Amino acid sequence: MRKLSAVYRKELEHYFQSISAYVMISLFLALAGYFFYSIFRYYNYLSFQAGREPSLADNLNLIEGVMRPLMSNVSVVLLFAIPMLTMRLLAEEKRQGTFELLLTYPISDFEAVMGKYLAALSVFAVMLGGTLMYPAMLAIFSDPETGPMVTSYIGLFLMGASFVAMGIFFSSITSSQIVAGAATFAVALFFLIIGWAAPFAGPTLSKVIAQFSILEHFDSFSKGIVNLPDVTYYVFITAFFIFMTLRSLESSHWRT
Amino acid sequence: MIRVENLTKYYGETVGVRDLNFQVETGEVLGFLGPNGAGKTTTMKMLTCYLPPSAGTAKVSGFDIIEQSMEVRKRIGYLPERNPLYTEMSVRAYLGFVARVKGIRPPAQRGQIDGVIERCGLETVHRRTIEKLSKGYQQRVGIAQAILGDPEILILDEPTLGLDPKQIIEIRQLIRNLGGEKTVVLSSHILPEVSQVCNRVIIINHGELIAVDTPDNLRSRLAKAAILRLAFRDEGDAAARASRILESIKGVLIVRQEPGGDNARIFTVECAPDRDIREEIARALVGERIPLLELYREELSLEDIFLQLVTEEVS
Repeated sequence: MRKLSAVYRKELEHYFQSISAYVMISLFLALAGYFFYSIFRYYNYLSFQAGREPSLADNLNLIEGVMRPLMSNVSVVLLFAIPMLTMRLLAEEKRQGTFELLLTYPISDFEAVMGKYLAALSVFAVMLGGTLMYPAMLAIFSDPETGPMVTSYIGLFLMGASFVAMGIFFSSITSSQIVAGAATFAVALFFLIIGWAAPFAGPTLSKVIAQFSILEHFDSFSKGIVNLPDVTYYVFITAFFIFMTLRSLESSHWRT
Repeated sequence: MIRVENLTKYYGETVGVRDLNFQVETGEVLGFLGPNGAGKTTTMKMLTCYLPPSAGTAKVSGFDIIEQSMEVRKRIGYLPERNPLYTEMSVRAYLGFVARVKGIRPPAQRGQIDGVIERCGLETVHRRTIEKLSKGYQQRVGIAQAILGDPEILILDEPTLGLDPKQIIEIRQLIRNLGGEKTVVLSSHILPEVSQVCNRVIIINHGELIAVDTPDNLRSRLAKAAILRLAFRDEGDAAARASRILESIKGVLIVRQEPGGDNARIFTVECAPDRDIREEIARALVGERIPLLELYREELSLEDIFLQLVTEEVS
């Protein structure tokens, strides 16, 4: 455990001693802020309209009108941000040869991988934590439901955790950061949009496809429901890619 | 301390190393010598548990490199070939990381880190970022991380590669100081280095072991023909007479001559190694009034031995 935390600390220091983490977090928050601003403007506009025409006010509340669209936009920004966060993790060490040295220390592959995984996850958590100011503002000036807000953050965190796991896996199979980042982005995007194929597939297949979709499982979180199958889905994706990372490291021992 | 048994590594069809057998005793500095691509690095990677062998095994302090890799890794300090370091970290931060990963207990960490910084002469640079250091200092950082945690065995892959002559001398001195207290295995393709630093030498080529011995023994074992060099002043028919006299002495095999500087003539005489005929030659030449200036036996350099061994293997 002490060795895991040594790797964790080193990675976290790397993120925060170079400017990379600051740049990523600020860009992410700037984009998320812009989304919040425009979504909120639109919500404002609708509220004024509803003032004149009460029938429009039926579905108008802060969760449906602001938080849900904001969360789905943030999830798309994460799709870009997380590969950039994770692509360096193992690829760079492999390129520089430091990985060989790390593996000859008395540390298990699992400790090395988890240390790195948790460091990236922490940076992601800081990023996501920064967006809490938007619901906080809503809470100051209005009275939104807290339940759905809490659950959508849980959902977003789990989604990000699975993206980070994909990222570390693709970083483990190549020594090129670009390849690792691009592959993570492509696969994460694929998981996000796979649901689009569902309406055109047969009745059984469409259910299967929908089950693979990251968005499908996020839906209930954003409505304020924590479903065991949804949690299991994200945990499974995360565990699967971490397991694959360990396998890929083991195979690189044998091949090179 | 290290016992290598039939160690073999194939990369697909190509042979990395084949059937290596040797032992390294405690406190010994063992040189691993061979041309590039001979299998030195492969062997070292297997000893440090980075590469699993295709066949055979090795025991380090009695622990098997395959079955008990964690125990082995605790006892080995390794400096890989290109000295990979986390260059964005400061020397001290980097060594701190290595200390934690090596599992040194927190109360002991600071003292150990200070110790290796002093040992490797890094006192003046320990707060600086590694990438800003000279190559010689970076190499010292590489050695510092290897000796951190006081491992019994050090495995150094080409520790002086790419350094300038002054840095090479300093690093060699550092390695010599480590020998005796630690068991050191170092690889090199620079021969004088090995003969200066090591107690024993292993020569490998094409993945196979060619010779294991002390540098001195290798020299005498391989001296198939002793070589004598003579120089005398070139006046009159001295050269012709000398060559006649030399050829008449029993045990002389080949005589070659070439002009030397200062009006001298140099003779190279190959003679059978079983008998020392220097005295006989000197007496005969002086007796014939040949103005002899020098007579000495040439020592075979490790370089010559190495070439002899390696080319023999090929033919």
